[in-house]
Amino acid sequence: MTLDALAPGATAVVTGYAGELPARLLEMGLVPGTSIEVVRLAPLGDPMELKVRGFLLSVRKDEAAHVVVENA
Amino acid sequence: MTETQTRVRTVALAGNPNVGKTTLFNALTGSHQKVANYPGVTVERKSGRLAGVRAGGDGAPSTSAPGVEVVDLPGTYSLAPKSVDERVAFDALVGRIPGEPAPDVVVCVVDATNLERNLYLVTQVLDLGLPTVVALNMTDALDEAGIEIDVAGLAERLGVPVVETAARSGRGIDALREAVLDPPPPAQGVGWELMPAVQAAVAPLAEALGAESDVPPSQLHAEALGALTSDPLLAVWERRAPRFHQDVLDTRAALDARPVMYRMAEMTGRYGWISPVAADVVRQTAAAGQVTVSDKIDAVVTHRVWGPLIFGGVLLVIFQAVFSWAVPAMDAIEWLVGVTGQGMRAVLPDGVFEDVMVEGALTGVGNVLVFLPQILLLFLFLGIMEDTGYMARTAFIMDRAMRKVGLSGGSVVPMLSAYACAIPGIMAARTLADERERIITIMVVPLQGCSARLPVYVLFIAAFIPAGSLFGVIGYQGLAMTSLYVLGTLMAFAAAWVLRKWVFKGTGSSFVMELPPYRMPQPRYLWRRMVDRSKVFVVRAGKIIFGLSIVLWVLASYPKLDPPPALAAQMEAADQAAQDARQSLVDIDLSGRAELEGTERASIESALEAADAESLVAQNEWAGYQVRNSYIGRFGHALEPIMRPLGFDWKISAGIVASFAAREVIVSALATIYSAGADADEESLALRDAIKADTYPDGTKVFTPLVAVSLLVFFVFALQCMSTLAIAKRELNSWFWPAVMWGYMFVLAYGFSFAIYQGGKLLGLG
Ligand SMILES: Nc1nc2c(ncn2[C@@H]2O[C@H](COP(=O)(O)OP(=O)(O)OP(=O)(O)O)[C@@H](O)[C@H]2O)c(=O)[nH]1
Ligand SMILES: [Mg+2]
Repeated sequence: MTLDALAPGATAVVTGYAGELPARLLEMGLVPGTSIEVVRLAPLGDPMELKVRGFLLSVRKDEAAHVVVENA
Repeated sequence: MTETQTRVRTVALAGNPNVGKTTLFNALTGSHQKVANYPGVTVERKSGRLAGVRAGGDGAPSTSAPGVEVVDLPGTYSLAPKSVDERVAFDALVGRIPGEPAPDVVVCVVDATNLERNLYLVTQVLDLGLPTVVALNMTDALDEAGIEIDVAGLAERLGVPVVETAARSGRGIDALREAVLDPPPPAQGVGWELMPAVQAAVAPLAEALGAESDVPPSQLHAEALGALTSDPLLAVWERRAPRFHQDVLDTRAALDARPVMYRMAEMTGRYGWISPVAADVVRQTAAAGQVTVSDKIDAVVTHRVWGPLIFGGVLLVIFQAVFSWAVPAMDAIEWLVGVTGQGMRAVLPDGVFEDVMVEGALTGVGNVLVFLPQILLLFLFLGIMEDTGYMARTAFIMDRAMRKVGLSGGSVVPMLSAYACAIPGIMAARTLADERERIITIMVVPLQGCSARLPVYVLFIAAFIPAGSLFGVIGYQGLAMTSLYVLGTLMAFAAAWVLRKWVFKGTGSSFVMELPPYRMPQPRYLWRRMVDRSKVFVVRAGKIIFGLSIVLWVLASYPKLDPPPALAAQMEAADQAAQDARQSLVDIDLSGRAELEGTERASIESALEAADAESLVAQNEWAGYQVRNSYIGRFGHALEPIMRPLGFDWKISAGIVASFAAREVIVSALATIYSAGADADEESLALRDAIKADTYPDGTKVFTPLVAVSLLVFFVFALQCMSTLAIAKRELNSWFWPAVMWGYMFVLAYGFSFAIYQGGKLLGLG
């Protein structure tokens, strides 16, 4: 399953990647093993707001689609 | 303090965005650089002098720090820069800015409430091998976040001193200053592990780089790894170390073939070290998952329905308030200018100098200064948006819509900043990772209504839009103002769409943005920004407008001409009639014949009144004749054929040309022309009334509501600002795009004004 498919409120753990993920997301800590909570979606349904390592991060869905996750 | 240390000359503040680097910088140097609560406030390298120990400190002479330069850098998440501002930070840290050696000491500023992610950059900075001090900032917010940090443990793991600070309240500043002046030895790095396959590939690359460049040995490994994993970092070496550049490309191909995921090796390696360390030194005291105040605010502000409504509401309230709240202050300034004018007339000797100062300088400057309250209010509101953290939320809300025109949420901050002034808007575009998006943003940002347009907007709206309100809440004038801003913004979107579609084709950038916690805005900083802005505005009024007003007044008053014969005769006749009437009144009084008092006296008095009125009419006509035939009058008339189709008379045409230096000049230009054209008895400096009263020789109004709308729209679109062009040139490194920018905006301005005026006339609105 990829990150963009998660509904608000769901949590998951990063297990791998599908395709080219912006390096920035990795530098901000979305490395394998990291747990992620989807906090909410923007009013127009995109981007999504994530909670990672204690901070809030806004990511577009088509970028989140590169992150493979597993339910925690 | 040891004396063996080499002298510290430069200290650089590095760190993630929004961790309080600039707040620390201000505290260390006594500067007033801009601080706000969103990532990417600082986009330039700023330097200042380290201030000495505050009075009341221990006063040790060794800490008085003569001549230490502190450098504030833009925030960056890593040393692999993705945008112009991050590039500045990176170049400064590795000493790659021409004429600027690498700093003697790096202060790595860290947000204590968000330690784990911040440590990524810390470990990178430590790998640079410079003397480093970590400033653990925002320690005042730890309690609320329910976090405790083992500071000694952290310092031990990092191998460098860690100083606890709370930059906003000034806590820990002295300790930080001492740590910096007594710097630790060069950092050793934390000993994180790169995956073996990549490590094996980097070692020979580092060697190749060392042979071909002057990179210090301690940094070779970091530079080689950077070049291997990041394209922008590799590009640096294409010219400077071509063999190394080729080696990297070969290595990449070899790794890709195996395949080894070398691009993410650094991130997984560093976080592999960081995660256990963070788990060790950070202790969560509050139950995790507790709902914070920020969460509660966000639930409303970014809500599916409320979010956009609130955003629209906020903008509407700002423009409304700018209109209505500023009125008392405006009246006060207007009154002050009037009083000053009377005072000057009383003090200065009659003559040309008095006229220049009162009708030229004071009228020109006064009529612009009147708008200072409005501009300050606008800055206050934008400051509150920035300081609370709401600005970052607008980017989140708007990203999807911005994507439709080929931009991203990242360009929302530049565009909103441009409501204050295009220049910070253009600068803020530095945070955009996609170069094409950055150029597009710069190209369209000047269409956003800026505060220099406010004087023009307010003047004409106040003169031509009734003061009433819709449902008793939404004032028509505020609504008119909002629509001008909306018009500019919609056009900016349209222009961006066109540029993305036809010129800078591409899919657009990604949008990865941190959403900071909400914070109380700091009155001190809001106040500071308003004071700074007032200074800028007053200095501008004092220099540009003062000088231009005098020039304009002279151009509007000379050459001095004789009245044409018919007018001269008319004036003489009127004066003669008035004089005769006065004489008759005196005669009656002297004769003492009471029976004449009633009828005859009344008729003479009315004759006198008529004669005076006629004299005034002639005087005004004479003054008008004079100004029409002045230098500026002739110039304006020469332009009139071009501007006539937009509904502009010669005065507006001349004013528009003068305002290509700066928009607000049109206000002082009109004020000066009207004041030079008014006869000396008229004391009113209020331009609003002069505009409404002005007529063509045939008696029709110069400013109909249609003309006013056409003029306002012209000002929405036209790029009349030298500074914007200069900054755009600097940021884009060429005159080509600024020239295009000026051209397309002029075409829009002329085209829309033309369509509105001609269309309006066809509909019979003229
Ligand atoms: N609670 C708290 N807030 C702080 C502290 N230091 C800074 N802030 C706030 O943090 C926000 C960011 O501060 P800045 O100084 O602009 O941060 P910066 O690191 O220069 O940010 P960029 O220029 O965007 O990289 C502002 O809202 C500050 O008021 C602190 O010690 N405690
Ligand atoms: Mg800053």
